[in-house]
Amino acid sequence: MSGSPGIPMIRLENVCKHYNGQQVLDGVSFEIRKGSITTIMGRSGGGKSVLIRHMIGLEAPDSGAIYIDGENIVGMGSRELNRIRRRFGVLFQDAALFDSLTVEENVAFPIREHLRLREKQVRAIVHDKLDKVGMGEHLHKFPNELSGGMRKRVGLARALALDPDLVFFDEPTSGLDPITRGVIYDLILDTHREMDTTYVLVSHDIHGVLNVSDWVMMLFKGRIAVQGTPEEIRSSTDPLIQQFTAVSGHGPLSMD
Amino acid sequence: MRTLSFFSSILLAPFELVRFCLDELGTALLLLVRSLMRMVLPPYRVGEFVRQLDFVGAQTVLLMVLTGAFTGMVSALQGYNGMHRYGAESMVGATVALALSRELGPVIGALMVVARVGSAMAAELGSMRNSQQIDALVSMAVDPIQYLISPRIFAATVALPFLALIFSFAGMVGAYVVSTAYLGIDAGTFMAGVRDYLDPSDITQGLIKSVVFGLLMALVSCHKGYYATGGSRGVAAATTEAVVVASVLILVSDYLMTTLMFRST
Ligand SMILES: Nc1ncnc2c1ncn2[C@@H]1O[C@H](COP(=O)(O)OP(=O)(O)O)[C@@H](O)[C@H]1O
Ligand SMILES: [Mg+2]
Repeated sequence: MSGSPGIPMIRLENVCKHYNGQQVLDGVSFEIRKGSITTIMGRSGGGKSVLIRHMIGLEAPDSGAIYIDGENIVGMGSRELNRIRRRFGVLFQDAALFDSLTVEENVAFPIREHLRLREKQVRAIVHDKLDKVGMGEHLHKFPNELSGGMRKRVGLARALALDPDLVFFDEPTSGLDPITRGVIYDLILDTHREMDTTYVLVSHDIHGVLNVSDWVMMLFKGRIAVQGTPEEIRSSTDPLIQQFTAVSGHGPLSMD
Repeated sequence: MRTLSFFSSILLAPFELVRFCLDELGTALLLLVRSLMRMVLPPYRVGEFVRQLDFVGAQTVLLMVLTGAFTGMVSALQGYNGMHRYGAESMVGATVALALSRELGPVIGALMVVARVGSAMAAELGSMRNSQQIDALVSMAVDPIQYLISPRIFAATVALPFLALIFSFAGMVGAYVVSTAYLGIDAGTFMAGVRDYLDPSDITQGLIKSVVFGLLMALVSCHKGYYATGGSRGVAAATTEAVVVASVLILVSDYLMTTLMFRST
């Protein structure tokens, strides 16, 4: 269980970040292989969203380096960062839909922004993406008229709108019913199979995650404590993993 | 030890306040420079600009007509009240016209726009910040200042002079109606006063003020909202601060500009 094999799409070296005296990331290092589905697990408040924000350049680390496809984005200017971000899709934890735009306009937004397409083509792409997440019926609703799960599905469609090379999913299934959760996982697998893309997931749902991921990492106390293939994780005797899979209250993950 | 820190904190409070104000001024000016630079660079956010122009301008016209009319009506009453004592009722039209075009139109109009538009800008941007919508823009490689701030500042700067004109015109209509129908001033006398005393420079000076007020109002509101932190309470605080700071700045800058304009005429 050392590193994920293959060409790295993302590489973190000793990334540290603190907020008001709280060390959230304390030397995070890992590699995420091109074309893989990699999941970062960890308890809530453990710094998973902070980690994603660093990888998309929304936040700069106190120290360390973040390589995206070979380029260090730490200290990069906004113009260069934007060139790299054009390859990204991001599903935020609370979807972060634009609440002044309808469902349809939300998904169309990145397409209109970055591709010069006819309105008819834009609509065709948008409807296709929304149909895939089962939201094709709600084109003209505004985000405040949707449930949390529906917002998340629209967020997913928006993240995938430009067929990005690299997609970050911050808790794509939390707060969803089991059926929708299955739909989302199927969607992740299907879209991933269609294109040669790299998916980075953040999730608590260890059982779901072990089924879809190629590689799983555990963020614990600001570092990657354990990582490996789903098989390795399943058969691991590491107390941290056992506590996570067994949903038991005893182990290293105490509420201190 | 405790008393010492108490006294030192009292002594340091003014410095802290000055430091805070300079800090705010610095970030606001930086935001202004950045939004102006993004305004002239492509991509041009025409759609957003038009939407803001509609919100700041078109949707505020009725408010201007209403508040302007009553301001003009009360000005006519008060003007008559004062001038009646000297037998100078014929001057009511001229006085109201000067007051509206130089002061009341630009200033009260701008304060009404702060209440309606400035508060909305601060609240909207603040809630976008707090629900990660601004982060979402950044993650899509969209410059949030160019997309959100530049169109708002530009639209407000363009719209305010027109709104002030509408305010003043509605005020003149109100004053005319009150003067002729209620105060018994002859319509021809009213209009002659306006014609003889109102100079085009009075109107242009008022319009120049409006441009500055529009810029100030939008900058303060956008700045407060854009950097709002701390959930809904933070958004509420940002909205309040935007309205208070923008209103104060409008009155202070009005005094400064009036001083300069008096000197030049
Ligand atoms: N902007 C911030 N300011 C202060 N603290 C923050 C900030 N962002 C995150 N944190 C802290 O970092 C920790 C990790 O947060 P987060 O990454 O959201 O956790 P999660 O793993 O649940 O996604 C939390 O304790 C949170 O309070
Ligand atoms: Mg999180």
